[in-house]
Amino acid sequence: MGEPFIFWLFAAIVTVGAVGVVAMRQPVHSAICLLLSFLGVAGLFVLAQAEFLAAVQILVYAGGIMVLFLFTIMLVNVKRAAGQPYVHTQAGAGLLAGFLLLAIVGGTVVASSRVRGLSGAGDLADPARLATTSITRDVTRVVDGKNVSTPVTEIVIGNSQAVAWGLYRDYLLPFEVASVFLLVAMIGAVVLGKRTMERVD
Amino acid sequence: MEISPSLLNNVLIPIVKALVIVNVMAVMSGVLTIIERRSLAFLQVRKGPNRVGWEGSLQWVADTVKLLFKEDVVPEKAEHLIHYLAPVLVVVPALTVFAVIPWGPEMTFRVPGIGKITTGAYATDLNVGLLFILAVTSIGIYGIILAGWASNSKYALLGGLRSAAQLISYEVPMGFAVVSVILMSRSLSLVEIIEAQRRMHLWFVFPGLLAFFLYFLSGVAETNRVPFDLPEAESELVAGFHTEYSGIKWSFFFLGEYANMVTVSAIATTLFFGGWLRPFPNVAALSFLDLIPGIVWFLAKIFVFMLVYIWFRGTFPRYRFDQLMDLGWKTLIPLALVNLVVIAIAALGGTRGLQILAWILCGGFALAVVVVTRTRSRKAARAARPVTPVEVRA
Repeated sequence: MGEPFIFWLFAAIVTVGAVGVVAMRQPVHSAICLLLSFLGVAGLFVLAQAEFLAAVQILVYAGGIMVLFLFTIMLVNVKRAAGQPYVHTQAGAGLLAGFLLLAIVGGTVVASSRVRGLSGAGDLADPARLATTSITRDVTRVVDGKNVSTPVTEIVIGNSQAVAWGLYRDYLLPFEVASVFLLVAMIGAVVLGKRTMERVD
Repeated sequence: MEISPSLLNNVLIPIVKALVIVNVMAVMSGVLTIIERRSLAFLQVRKGPNRVGWEGSLQWVADTVKLLFKEDVVPEKAEHLIHYLAPVLVVVPALTVFAVIPWGPEMTFRVPGIGKITTGAYATDLNVGLLFILAVTSIGIYGIILAGWASNSKYALLGGLRSAAQLISYEVPMGFAVVSVILMSRSLSLVEIIEAQRRMHLWFVFPGLLAFFLYFLSGVAETNRVPFDLPEAESELVAGFHTEYSGIKWSFFFLGEYANMVTVSAIATTLFFGGWLRPFPNVAALSFLDLIPGIVWFLAKIFVFMLVYIWFRGTFPRYRFDQLMDLGWKTLIPLALVNLVVIAIAALGGTRGLQILAWILCGGFALAVVVVTRTRSRKAARAARPVTPVEVRA
């Protein structure tokens, strides 16, 4: 009982949801299974003491993206797809891609756990540390008319602070690059949508 | 029997709190229906339900009993499982949110057999409480969309689709309004936000006047209430997403709606009106107001917001759908962005900056109100002037 039990419960929910997404015949049912899977992932985040990520996971994926998915599925008539055969012509390629992905992800997990085992630091079990992050920053002071900077390490407590320091300090450039990409995608979508609307008019 | 402190603090107290909160909310929604019906009747110069109990005060009990025993009609070609699931998906998130809403400060009371217990009047104080509320309420959308889809009815589907579009659009300005409060309080925990308002001697409604209006407008839209009740517009869609529901499943949608209205009011109170704090918490001359416990202040503030909801319903006609989308995307979101930038600049100046912003905003608002009412009354006076015989002949 206790934490392992809850972990396996959420893990089961995620897996069942993920299988349901591909196994269900009705697209709306698939979408609901995907929602279930997202909620399970949020639960796993909470277990890992990452409440901020859990809340954002639900807010963005379950509350935003999935609603748009459902919206689109309902607008498009998908009754036809339900009658199509289970095994497609692309089944072989799909299986191959799946196994490759499994090999890559599984290999990474096994390799990383082996590295951790070798270094003897198998300390997954300090969840309180995950919610804090230590920040080293240079504090500049004037000593004898010269600027002297000394590194000062601070411990930041709290999930959102830890995420913010990671995003806006340590990984600022990747973050900005990603946001520029998103902006480009958004502009592209608007341009494409506008062209279709003009054709309709 | 000896009860260990960890059992008491981690299991018993949370269970008792959860039971109290869920039951109070269920009863409160019932009581709110009768308050709403009588207030609406008052606004519309009619009597309203006044037979069951004193002045109709027990009407909601009679209605609940009726709904419990009513036949549950499910359309033959509906998706049965999802048709059943949808009302549950509306109610559960709506009640879950109350886990983090702070009703009052920490209190100590004596329980016979256990001893003194000190605990906050909230189930839990999450460090990401505000995000938790936004996340959980966004799950409630699924109940409405799936109810519309699973009913296998055109009207219900249209209602569900409208609701989805509306909720997604209004979540954006609501999020921005909430972010501006986070900038002022520098915390996501609701208890901490109230404490920040006490430390700064400032209800956040004053610097965040615009944010408050944006939040409450979006909140009304998110709860599908008049004038934004397009998902259930009876003149176009029969009853919208819940057309094919009856009995207790139908009433679940209303339980969810009222619970959501209380949530929006409670968050507006917490974020902008100081939560359980009395008015002017820094003025010592008003300290006699502390005799009234914080929980009463909180409930009173929520009640005022509920009355505003009802007042809206009795006053405004329904929007058209394209008007609704225009208002959301072309007015509220740009306003919310401007507001965010202004508050971010003011928050750089700390408490002092926020106070200056508060004075500017409230002065401007008061001035605008005076100017508008004076021009209006002047116009009205001109219109009401008796017509002279000369004018009649001309």
